[in-house]
Amino acid sequence: MLKKLSAIALLGVACIATPALAETEMVIVSWGGAYSASQQNAYHDPYMAANPDVKIVNDESSAEAVAKLRAMNEAGNVTWDLVDVVASDAIRLCDEGLALEIDFDKDLAAAPDGTPATEDFGELIVSDCFIPQIVYSTTFGYRTDMVSEAPTSVCDVFDLEKFPGKRSLEKRVINNVEWALICDGVDPAEVYNVLDTEEGVARAFAKLDTIKDEVVWWSAGAETPQRLADGEVVMGSTYNGRLFALIEEQKQPVGMLWDWQIFDLDGWVIPAGLPEERVAKIKDYLNFATDTQRLADQAKYISYGPARKSSAPLVGKHSTLGIEMAPHMPTDPNNAKTTLLYNYEWWADNRDDLDAKFQAWLAN
Amino acid sequence: MKRKLAKALFRQKMRALMLIAPLLIFVLVTFIAPIGSMLSRSVDNSIVVEILPRTVEALQDWDSAAEELPGEAVFAAIAVDLKEAAEAKLHTRVGSRLNYEQPGIASLFRKSARKVRKLESGPYKEALIEINEDWADPEVWATLKTFSGSYTDGYFLASADLKRDAEGDIAQKPSDERIYITLFWRTMVMSLTITLMTLLLGYPIAYLLATLPMRTSNLLLILVLLPFWTSLLVRTSAWIVLLQQQGVVNDFLVFSGLNSALYNMISIFTVPNVSSLCSTDISQILNAGPRFLDVMAARGPDAALSTCARDILGVYQSGGAEAAMARTGELQAAGETWGYGDERFAMIFNQTGTIVAMTHILLPFMIMPLYSVMQTVPQSFVRAAKSLGASNWTAFWRVYFPNTVPGIGAGAILVFILSIGYYITPALVGGTSGVFISNRIAFHISSSLNWGLAAALGVLLLVVVLLLYWAYDKIVGIDNVKLG
Amino acid sequence: MAALPPYATTGERIWRFTFNVICVAIFFFLVFPILVVIPLSFNAVPFFTFTKEMLAFDPAGYSLQWYEDFLTNSDWTRAVRNSLFIAPMATILSTALGTLAAIGLSQSHVPFKGMIMAILISPMIVPLIISAAGMYFFYSDMGIQGTYLGVILAHAVLGTPFVIITVTATLVGFDKSLTRAAANLGAGPVETFRRVQMPLILPGVISGALFAFITSFDEVVVVLFVGAQQQKTLPWQMFTGLREQISPTILAAATILVLFSILLLTTVELLRRRSERIRGLSPG
Repeated sequence: MLKKLSAIALLGVACIATPALAETEMVIVSWGGAYSASQQNAYHDPYMAANPDVKIVNDESSAEAVAKLRAMNEAGNVTWDLVDVVASDAIRLCDEGLALEIDFDKDLAAAPDGTPATEDFGELIVSDCFIPQIVYSTTFGYRTDMVSEAPTSVCDVFDLEKFPGKRSLEKRVINNVEWALICDGVDPAEVYNVLDTEEGVARAFAKLDTIKDEVVWWSAGAETPQRLADGEVVMGSTYNGRLFALIEEQKQPVGMLWDWQIFDLDGWVIPAGLPEERVAKIKDYLNFATDTQRLADQAKYISYGPARKSSAPLVGKHSTLGIEMAPHMPTDPNNAKTTLLYNYEWWADNRDDLDAKFQAWLAN
Repeated sequence: MKRKLAKALFRQKMRALMLIAPLLIFVLVTFIAPIGSMLSRSVDNSIVVEILPRTVEALQDWDSAAEELPGEAVFAAIAVDLKEAAEAKLHTRVGSRLNYEQPGIASLFRKSARKVRKLESGPYKEALIEINEDWADPEVWATLKTFSGSYTDGYFLASADLKRDAEGDIAQKPSDERIYITLFWRTMVMSLTITLMTLLLGYPIAYLLATLPMRTSNLLLILVLLPFWTSLLVRTSAWIVLLQQQGVVNDFLVFSGLNSALYNMISIFTVPNVSSLCSTDISQILNAGPRFLDVMAARGPDAALSTCARDILGVYQSGGAEAAMARTGELQAAGETWGYGDERFAMIFNQTGTIVAMTHILLPFMIMPLYSVMQTVPQSFVRAAKSLGASNWTAFWRVYFPNTVPGIGAGAILVFILSIGYYITPALVGGTSGVFISNRIAFHISSSLNWGLAAALGVLLLVVVLLLYWAYDKIVGIDNVKLG
Repeated sequence: MAALPPYATTGERIWRFTFNVICVAIFFFLVFPILVVIPLSFNAVPFFTFTKEMLAFDPAGYSLQWYEDFLTNSDWTRAVRNSLFIAPMATILSTALGTLAAIGLSQSHVPFKGMIMAILISPMIVPLIISAAGMYFFYSDMGIQGTYLGVILAHAVLGTPFVIITVTATLVGFDKSLTRAAANLGAGPVETFRRVQMPLILPGVISGALFAFITSFDEVVVVLFVGAQQQKTLPWQMFTGLREQISPTILAAATILVLFSILLLTTVELLRRRSERIRGLSPG
């Protein structure tokens, strides 16, 4: 009887394991949560309405996208159609031949006034494989009721005399060393030159040392908002969209500190190694989902800046709160007085090395 | 007759094997093979010779100790190799591989490959150095030569905080990059602490269960088995609920006012965070002696109220203890305005959290083997010892306890094996100081993508576990494991 | 522990009292954390702490909203469905293979028994992170990473050692003359197994199956690597929940799981007693 049972089980398992993928199914990998919801509303739903034969399946694996794409590629079995990744991951994927190169002007829609895509995206095209969707920033929020005066500079994070209490920082080396050096008096334009030297790295860690005892580290984007809401930290870094939700949607007593926000990009890559016809379908979707109007639409649901210049004037009001979104964009001139776009190339070279140092610093 | 017996025996053996075969094959295919192939990544270095075959061959004749650049032949070889690799988009893979050994090689390969494609003919040496001056660095070539074999010990060296220097000799990594020895050591120490904690808590319980009448002990046994059958995630979240800053335990301490008392007690043994100094009872701290205040003030301006500490020290030095104590009220008030009145304890997202939660999770694994051994120790032994004049303590320590040592051994090894490989609980409640080597392995697999290093760390961890397993098999015998 | 004799000294009485207090404290440590989540899951506000209303037993302090969220939120319902599909499948597979192998291992002459046993037990010994990493790469090569098949196979192999251990334990007390008697009376090997051996080892098989079930049902490390979002199980959802959005829905899920584990525990206990009674190992 057991044998029979196991035979049935195996058979059943085999049936489920190989679902016949309908030709029109498109697996799109993204981050999940509010971000995926904004894409669903702004891109997927309108696209499926216009193309009833296409069914978009969401996968929330962006956090492990590079590892999984590399493993899929080694195995020669790519099951994803389109992947949402941050720029540094896209550059890595492109370099390793794991992502497809894009012809921006041919594959993507021009702006409504006819400006070609390459110009519309402009300097945000940081890789041949990467179509930027949004500009987001990592910046600080603080509890308005737990500080004697509002912090105005990112260096207030390092000032324990004026702003005592715990602060929440990301458990990785990128961003933290840049802020540390800026606050140690380094000219922001020179940050990476300074980091190129042993002394520069030591200097950054020495600056971080001054607040180490008061830092709580985070690894998921939701942790800082949670800790701010609980009053466990006085201030903390996180993505600007998370802070927007905390302040405007959940009405917590939290303020934004835009000083030296660090920009990053998020966008699409097409995995390499897909058959031609599938690529054609993906490109059709991409053409639609990255046009001027769609990118502006996404800002209705989440406070990240659209990557096209032509989208900025079209950014309207929040879909449920009804507030103007433009002043909440990281790219808004009022917010973007001091910004840093982190050096992808420098980090690609030095990430492993500095990460080892950072981990050693954390452990000791 | 003999042959018939042998034949029967053979048939019996075959039948046993036939029954075992399906599972054996299943385990070999779905478990042993994956682990084997993963572990082989720890020494695999074939990527270099596959992508840069000509360079590797040309470098054979170059002596890295000479501190001279290799000749034109090598440069020509790498130009051709890079061209081909760039066509196939493989150049950055070998670049990232070598970048683990020498930072900067990844970008050297990435930047050069694009321009090398335009090079039609030699001399390549000048052309390459023109493209990127790093090609004139003999260390780059030394690294290439050192790591040109199909197999490498580089990952194992890295996992012991070692590396090969330019001459190919093994050397320690710079002190600010050493982490794995610390991590292994911490994993061991914490696992040992957890094992000791479970023994300390498990022994009395097992003793109680073994000496109570069957009916009562069976009932109490359920209290031990309930945590065992409850989901690991449930138990971990329960500890977060209990121990976090706004958690049940802290709430209770603040509500009952026990927090200050507890805090003062702890501050006598440890150097607390300076920022909380002024909220505690200063007279007590002063009683602990001036050296203590010295330590506090010496920690420098790393916290808001360190000035306060220096203040008291100053008053203490000039006016003595009484003068300092006269300021107590004032300083305490200052502390309270900073919100330090209701001091809460950081009991989770650090080592304490990991140790407490894991002790709870692994405690049943200690109690069960202890209990089953204690059940076999006759109570008459202790009674006999007592009737021969031994005190209670002697009877327990000299007669009962030695009989339970096999149970202690079995439980301790089991708990240690389980805890040393833990991943989930440290990841959730360990913060930065309470994570284990497993968490680092996971990081290298899914984030840094240094799969070779992950495999090497995995091999080391596995070796420790297998040694312990072997010891367990010798002491207890794997056939004698009992569950539930 | 027998009651103290009437001639016990004061010292002994004090020691006995202290010992009992210590034991009560340890039992409290064992059980309290599990029980504390239950009342908190009925919290009216999204925090992990007891509110004043709750402590005053004010009905306004309690609510069922987290249970409602658990039962309606698609993330959670999908996770429950996945868990309830993957765990039974893995259980059937590991129980079938494990039982056969345990019977084979209990024969008197098994060549290479030590080595075979070491291999079969290894899934229980190897740290999960190593198993997970190995399966991740290997299953990717086989094209079953991120499929239900991959997760089921992985969970099945993790569960087999438990089946082997429990079934072997019931076979230890198994009287070999029973199978010989059956054979003498003309029963074939299959019939002997079905009508003589099976009923006797059945309690062991079922409790092994329960162990295999809980192994899969509670497993999170391997599924994190071998599975994709589509295979997200209940522990996985709890893991992400604890890392990212701490909501009392996790406590509602935890409460349901605690009740579930009480159910499983009771079943295993009853089976164990029954098995011991049948085999005459305990007075019952």
